[in-house]
Amino acid sequence: MSSLALRPCGDFRTSYKQDNTIFETKTIRRMAIIAILVLCTAPLFLDGYLLTLCIQISYLGIAALGLNILVGYTGQISLGHGAFFGFGAFASAWLNTSFQIPVFLSIPLAGFMTMAVGMMFGLPAARIKGLYLAIATLASQFIIEDFFARADWFSGGSYGAAAEPLSMFGFVFDTDQSFYYVALFALVTMFIWACNLLRSRDGRAFVAIRDHYLSAEIMGIKLNKYRLLSFGISSFYAGIGGALYAHYLGYVSAEGFTIFLSIQFLAMIIIGGLGSVKGTLMGVIFMVFLPEVLESAVSVLKDTDWGNVPMVVDGLAYIKEMAIGLVIIGFLIFEPEGLAHRWAQIKNYWKFYPFSY
Amino acid sequence: MNFELLTQLIVNGLIVGLLYGVIGMCFVLVYKSTKIVNFAQGEFLLIGAWVCWAALVYLQLPFFLGFLLSMCFMAAFGMLLQMIVLRPMIGEPIISVIMITIGLSIFFQSLMKWIFGVSPQSYPQVFDTQNINILGLNIEMAYLMSTVIALVIMLAFYFFFKYSKHGLAMRATAFDQQVAQSLGISVKNVFAMSWAIAATVSATAGVVLGMVNGVSDSLSIMGIKVFPAVILGGLDSIIGAIVGGVIIGVLENVAEFVDSQYLQIGNMYDIAPFYVLLVILWFKPYGLFGTKDIERI
Repeated sequence: MSSLALRPCGDFRTSYKQDNTIFETKTIRRMAIIAILVLCTAPLFLDGYLLTLCIQISYLGIAALGLNILVGYTGQISLGHGAFFGFGAFASAWLNTSFQIPVFLSIPLAGFMTMAVGMMFGLPAARIKGLYLAIATLASQFIIEDFFARADWFSGGSYGAAAEPLSMFGFVFDTDQSFYYVALFALVTMFIWACNLLRSRDGRAFVAIRDHYLSAEIMGIKLNKYRLLSFGISSFYAGIGGALYAHYLGYVSAEGFTIFLSIQFLAMIIIGGLGSVKGTLMGVIFMVFLPEVLESAVSVLKDTDWGNVPMVVDGLAYIKEMAIGLVIIGFLIFEPEGLAHRWAQIKNYWKFYPFSY
Repeated sequence: MNFELLTQLIVNGLIVGLLYGVIGMCFVLVYKSTKIVNFAQGEFLLIGAWVCWAALVYLQLPFFLGFLLSMCFMAAFGMLLQMIVLRPMIGEPIISVIMITIGLSIFFQSLMKWIFGVSPQSYPQVFDTQNINILGLNIEMAYLMSTVIALVIMLAFYFFFKYSKHGLAMRATAFDQQVAQSLGISVKNVFAMSWAIAATVSATAGVVLGMVNGVSDSLSIMGIKVFPAVILGGLDSIIGAIVGGVIIGVLENVAEFVDSQYLQIGNMYDIAPFYVLLVILWFKPYGLFGTKDIERI
């Protein structure tokens, strides 16, 4: 799992159990725990704006992690992740309003519903792969989007659906501060679950399928079963992320879940690094902050001579979209393994400093 | 049954289907020779149409000069795109190749929106008469012209690949890159040329569609609508692209007819091809004319 070069001297692994730990070294585990504790205190010193971004990072991060399990670990391609994210959002709101299921139950239930839908659309994945699968999932994106626009009983049609805030034991999580903890809890749980999954038998089967599916099949891994399972898990993650999104915003409308969102999810995992749990989070943070940075850059420009050029000031929405396209292209050409790879290189450099060769 | 409407829709479907066929052909051409799936095909239409529009409106050129100018521009554009962006992608996994064309698609789509705005613009009048009556059916002049252009392009493709030296070189490259290279064919040039041809021909389709419906960013949807057509025909078959294009073109119009007359579901015109796409992928993933992948260990 971990690269040998990053292990401290004298840290030998003598059993499979040791080799399969979630954290590579004790230091990393301690650092992770400290990071989580620091994040727990974040609402005390972060202002509302940054807190909103943090919540955004967590629900998008959960969904992107699901996509990374599918794309980065199993080697399947999905262009319909945004639609599944939306399905989770609508499903949770629908379960809550139509059946009065409490929100803390409807979120996981929405995850399972999305999982079922994802597996249904993933069925072709049992037969096709690569490019054909990409196009099949593209079709599913459009079909689900069409379903949102049409199914009034489910999504409220063009009006959208209202979602109640999450409440538990009489406490209502309707402020940014309180919802932050829900989002953080969900994020940490889902990430630990993913790490656990990936070191289990199923996770190793995924990686084997990605690396060489024929060899995997010869070794006795059931391709159809695991490809479908991977689709299911990835949709489950998308559903959970979507449900959190719904109950955070309190309102879901179908316009947000277009092909563009699916592409953004793909961009996140490519920027972060395919097949890296840590990279997923980095990619999400990058993609969440990119538009914000652009926005502040344009607002700085407004005070200079450029402020009078209408193309710069009014074209902000297009500049953001263009930046996303450019970032995808740039990363694929110059850093195809993503930020996770860059991070490992930086760590290596300092580890062996000043003799980095 | 409203037969008149049905015939009209089927004729429309045939005409639009031929255009799908042309766009599909470019798609297949790029896929066959460079193994790249071009998700930015629709943006070629969009850019070509906007450049031609700008040449006609801002530069006040006569139609054929402006058309020619935009074609030259698109040929250079396609070639440069291949050289700068897609050449580093040779040998990369399929997800990277798909994503880079998606990235290009997003970039150029929003660039066009940024430069030209989102509202549709119409071309200056090219023909004197708008509609022409053939056998009792009303057909727009631009559609008629598009059919003629589509047929001419298809014939040109046929002769190009059958007889010309470059066409043969491209076919040889598509067959086996290493063998082609050892025979003295410059694979690099072939790649650049296939992108240039794809860009130019799609831009022609873009101009034609722009003349009918006006130019707006909805043109780029054609790049996605072409997927059902090429999958139905088989991804690596040029004839398949044409047949698939015509079938999808007719089918979406028939779906629209059935929907408006009987089912009243709505939006069938846009979504029916994708249901068809899923069904094809389920039962016959390599399409009608595509070659089946046989993998050896």
